[in-house]
Amino acid sequence: MAIDIQKIRADFPVLGTKVHGKPLVYLDNAATTQKPQSVIDTIVDYYTRYNSNIHRGTHHLANLATEAHEAARKTVQHYVNAEHPHEIIFTRGTTEAINLVAFSFGEAFVNPGDDVIVTELEHHSNFVPWQMMCERRGANFKVIPFDDNGELRLDIYETLLSDKTRMVAFNHVSNSLGTVNPAKKIIQMAHEAGAAVLVDAAQSVQHIEHDVLALDADFYAFSGHKIYGPTGIGVLYGKERWLDAIPPYQGGGEMIDQVTVEKTTYNKPPFKFEAGTPNIVGPIGLAAAIDYLNALDFNAIMAHEDEVLAYGRARLLEIEGLKLYGNAKQRTSILAFNIEGVHHYDLGTLLDTRGVAVRTGHHCTQPIMTALHIDGTVRASLTLYNTHEDIDALVEAIHNVLKMLGR
Amino acid sequence: MPSIPEVQAQIVDDFSFLPEWDERYAYLIELGQKNPPLPEAYRTEENIVRGCQSLVWLHRECRQGKVYLQADSDSLIVKGLAALLLQVFSGQPAQAVLTADLTFFKEIGLDQHLSSQRANGLMAMIDQIKAFAAKCAGETP
Repeated sequence: MAIDIQKIRADFPVLGTKVHGKPLVYLDNAATTQKPQSVIDTIVDYYTRYNSNIHRGTHHLANLATEAHEAARKTVQHYVNAEHPHEIIFTRGTTEAINLVAFSFGEAFVNPGDDVIVTELEHHSNFVPWQMMCERRGANFKVIPFDDNGELRLDIYETLLSDKTRMVAFNHVSNSLGTVNPAKKIIQMAHEAGAAVLVDAAQSVQHIEHDVLALDADFYAFSGHKIYGPTGIGVLYGKERWLDAIPPYQGGGEMIDQVTVEKTTYNKPPFKFEAGTPNIVGPIGLAAAIDYLNALDFNAIMAHEDEVLAYGRARLLEIEGLKLYGNAKQRTSILAFNIEGVHHYDLGTLLDTRGVAVRTGHHCTQPIMTALHIDGTVRASLTLYNTHEDIDALVEAIHNVLKMLGR
Repeated sequence: MPSIPEVQAQIVDDFSFLPEWDERYAYLIELGQKNPPLPEAYRTEENIVRGCQSLVWLHRECRQGKVYLQADSDSLIVKGLAALLLQVFSGQPAQAVLTADLTFFKEIGLDQHLSSQRANGLMAMIDQIKAFAAKCAGETP
């Protein structure tokens, strides 16, 4: 089944708008994706018709809201192919999901002298929480480096693994370089060493395979707003046995079973990890986004995204003095580059005046920038609705900027 | 020497002839390029104002109660923005720098570079100039 990109573009109202009088060319999808009308409508419908607190109410609206919220959990469960709905925990985003695991898993399973392994390709959100946890627990923080192509050095990973390794945390796709990491292999090696694994799927769940069972991930985290859903909602998947074994992250309402002066007993997952009134509409909006994706052929989406990425690389490389970062064999969605003699901030600012939205800087991956000996890049990040025309507009705008800068 | 409000008014006037974004940025970049290069001796670690994306070097001097500034940046746009700040502040009495209300960025439509404050160090630069002005005013009887 082919997909009709023009029809899809028409579903995203912001893509038809203008910026500084120029048609918007939105190439900052790794930062956040735009929302289809169906997601916007679902959120408006919630507030218009059935806004209510959930799980405790005895009235009609509370029941409607609870049903929609819990139905959303099942939609997410099926999207990532989890075994049970209670393995899906709603968080504020990927960052909170990772912090939850770093804290709760650390409390239960990480002791002085143990090892935690992350990679040099991580976003700070999958780096700093583990560093903090290692400091708290007296554990060793170890990092898998990447090579000149932006691929992880699995040979070094192998030497880092031992019976002291408690956790391996890595991203499926690098937000800075677009490298698709060999997730199955990394997980299998961790499991053979007896370690648990957290996959940061923030940049992969919307672009490539997203099957937690096939991956055999112990924990898997992503953000709603990067998969066409609203901001402020994220997902943590955890295998049932892990969620049962680790303590709660925050205390409060909803997460309890019995509270007395002497002792509190906790609710079961997922509620054990969802203290307080949750983001009620967030999961409902996220489910609408997943429904939108489910109505399309995901293989066709992947093929389209790969094709536009390849076109983008080829077109950008035509520009004199342009250097692309990340040359992994398996890659997706990211075009990271610099042009000799042009500061990324200047290029990004001047592209904006031409209606082209990109991101510049270190993209919250300072270890990557340090390894590459640069202080930042321009990053054009693609998704479902991007086309050859977007790439052409980017390239034309770059030429235009270079001309303005007298080059 | 024109006062800080007078310099700001002049900048706003200059930019009013440039309705297009491109013209504004081209002018800003030109200002940055015209700005005298910072002597190598002033490119020190302690003169660095760190933004998230670009570096600014800011050299400060206090002479007879007045603030004198020199600056440079690795980004042409930030260098232009810094040149504007120097036009407004350098050579002005420390007390005037300290109490000045910076209104021109908003009036010329470049306040986005202030609001994305972590990005380019411009806000940090203003803070440092103000802090230096306070010190300079304090040192002067």
